[in-house]
Amino acid sequence: MAFESLSERISMALRKITGRANLTEKDIDTMMREIRLSLLEADVNYKVVRDFTKEVKEKALGEKIMKSLSPGDMVVKIVRDELKKLMGDEAAPLNYNLSGPTVFMLVGLQGGGKTTHVGKLANYIRKQGDKKRPLFIAADIYRPAAIDQLKTIGKSLNIPVFEMGTKEKVVKIVGEGIKYAKANKHDLVIIDTAGRLHIDDEMMDELVEVEKAVKPDEVLLTIDAMMGQDAINVIETFNARLNITGCILTKLDGDARGGAALSVRYLTNIPIKFIGVGEKLDDLEVFHPDRMADRILGMGDIVSLVEKTTQAVEEEEAEKMAQKMQKGKYDYNDFLKQMKWIKRMGSLKGILKLIPGIGQQLKNIEFDEKQLAYIEAIIFSMTEYERCNPEIIARSSSRRTRISKGSGRPYPEVNALVRRFDTMKKQVEQLSRMDEDQIKNMQKGGMPQMPQPKKRKGKGKGKGGFRF
Amino acid sequence: MGLFDWFRKNKKKKEESKKYKEGLAKTRKQGSLSRLTRLFNEKDRIDDDLFDQLEEIFVMADMGVETTVKFIDSLRDDERLDDLEDMKLLQEIIVDKMFDLYLKGEIVNSNLNVNKEGLSVYLFVGVNGSGKTTSIAKVANKLKKEGKKVCMAAGDTFRAGAIKQLKIWGDRVGCPVITKEEGSDPSAVIFDGIKFAKENGYDVLLCDTAGRLQTKVNLMKELEKIKRVISREVPNAPHDTLLVIDATTGQNGLNQAKSFIEATDISGIILTKLDGTAKGGIVLAIRDVYNVPIKFIGLGEKMDDLEYFDLEKYIYGLFAELIEEE
Repeated sequence: MAFESLSERISMALRKITGRANLTEKDIDTMMREIRLSLLEADVNYKVVRDFTKEVKEKALGEKIMKSLSPGDMVVKIVRDELKKLMGDEAAPLNYNLSGPTVFMLVGLQGGGKTTHVGKLANYIRKQGDKKRPLFIAADIYRPAAIDQLKTIGKSLNIPVFEMGTKEKVVKIVGEGIKYAKANKHDLVIIDTAGRLHIDDEMMDELVEVEKAVKPDEVLLTIDAMMGQDAINVIETFNARLNITGCILTKLDGDARGGAALSVRYLTNIPIKFIGVGEKLDDLEVFHPDRMADRILGMGDIVSLVEKTTQAVEEEEAEKMAQKMQKGKYDYNDFLKQMKWIKRMGSLKGILKLIPGIGQQLKNIEFDEKQLAYIEAIIFSMTEYERCNPEIIARSSSRRTRISKGSGRPYPEVNALVRRFDTMKKQVEQLSRMDEDQIKNMQKGGMPQMPQPKKRKGKGKGKGGFRF
Repeated sequence: MGLFDWFRKNKKKKEESKKYKEGLAKTRKQGSLSRLTRLFNEKDRIDDDLFDQLEEIFVMADMGVETTVKFIDSLRDDERLDDLEDMKLLQEIIVDKMFDLYLKGEIVNSNLNVNKEGLSVYLFVGVNGSGKTTSIAKVANKLKKEGKKVCMAAGDTFRAGAIKQLKIWGDRVGCPVITKEEGSDPSAVIFDGIKFAKENGYDVLLCDTAGRLQTKVNLMKELEKIKRVISREVPNAPHDTLLVIDATTGQNGLNQAKSFIEATDISGIILTKLDGTAKGGIVLAIRDVYNVPIKFIGLGEKMDDLEYFDLEKYIYGLFAELIEEE
């Protein structure tokens, strides 16, 4: 994920230390230097870096280390604990208004992703199963076509947008918008404001006025994950003028290490509530500080993965498939279903990256999501009988030729799919033959023999993961 | 040091620098580089503490770890620092070295490359939200004022509202904007733009593109395609490919520069949003590591808030107080 380079670097520095019997002060100094440089390169605030490395060093040199199993592991644990502390303890939930319409307001610099995140946020809340009737208020009257952008997003989500053009004052637009929401029984209002510089007093006054008028339940500041050392000025100034209740860290799908995020909690105590991980309206996730700390250390993000999967997969279907697998039956229909789940879960790469040990290997591999569509086309060109009985396709080249023609995909590609399917089927059967103990063993080992086309699995246990 | 005398003597330059100064005033007063001025007032000798503080100041200005370490090391080794007593001279040495860091003994041209035979095509690329569309409008406005016949192609067919945004700017500036509907192939829009520009005798075509994070391989490939289409239609075009970078960008700016150079052979940078408190130090790092010059800087939201990048003025803007005091 976003912190990959940071985690690589820290793991490199730590690799020298894990497993050693003794730890000298020089070792610690070497490690601290690596961590310091790495954090600075990740745009973590200079002061935070200074404090952080100091704390870790003091703890590492202190008596606690003597009691631990191995000093190296202990330092790793300290770094991890301190990183967690640095990022705050818990994922912070959204505040709702129980007695009237809930009002959220998004603020931030230009180009931080406010308008897009108005859409993502509404989409997220709806997906959580809350039966809300959202309304957007278009309060960006400055940027050309900002209202159009919000309207397009509203249209795709089927959420109405309240607007009064660009001539009225923002406070008036918002006031009327809230009235409209109440009259039309909208219980969730999200206000899109114009991007502005934190030092533009006039523009900041406008936000203060709006905040006073509507008393929003959440004032969310969007922060670009790519921001450098200046991030803290921006956050502190916005927070001094407004009552910022949380941050949304955007553009984390790039390779920005997002060090600004670490600084936010440490220096301001404002929680980061969400992270933006793509341009689609689904690409919003709850920010989990503790998981992010693990991610920095290269331990993957198992919990996120589990959550993501359960959200997308209907449990019944999953159970049915599990039964089928246990019987050793696995056909193209199941394959197709699985692919649908994967698509719903978002980018395949995003998912795989969450699995410990895979992140680093995947760094240079780009998944072609189109491949999924091709595979689908091939399977759609099979008859129902063929899909249920994969072996007849494997046996007959004339069937494969017909499928190739029907799907418009070259013959070798059909062959490749048939082969890959066969391997997968075997793996599934193998899995189903194992008894519970074996499976448990495998889970302990970290990476089970997951059917995955990309080879070079981690060495099972703890690839990049540290044992405590 | 001749530089400072030169600034003092050259009144006209000072007038021109006014805009930079206004834009960068916030950078100086609230930003980290103001600490540079303070530091020199407090310090009366050169020691490790001074170098540490300098390091902190430059890192805080987003100059990057690598470039900062290099800069401080070369400052430590500078012979002029031996037996130096007047701290004012140290200021001058630092300014001087910042020039060296940027110029590297070359003459850096920040003008756009012009096609003397006909249409000049400029391609604008960058990550999401860096200010491409606004910058294009500003450049269009500037070139129009210089007497050029300018048109624009709305190549951002992805982001909702982007086409309309450019159209509104086109109306304000008074330039035609060539568009297709949302979701169409950006290369096709730009192809149409070139055709339109050629048929109607335009001097300049500015091509907008959708914002893309440099890690999205497919989107970077799309840029390569756009570039191919342009150079097929107009030989030697695009005459400039400009990477738009937000001044608040931290070290990721280096990754951006690297990936966009690989995909489209960036010839210059537009540094936007310098009117905030961000110091834009990444400019120096990018020039240092990848040799890409800065061509324009954006200093505000208005149509006229764009200046050709002028290193002298830029540094003058950052160090103005320091120089005027003398």
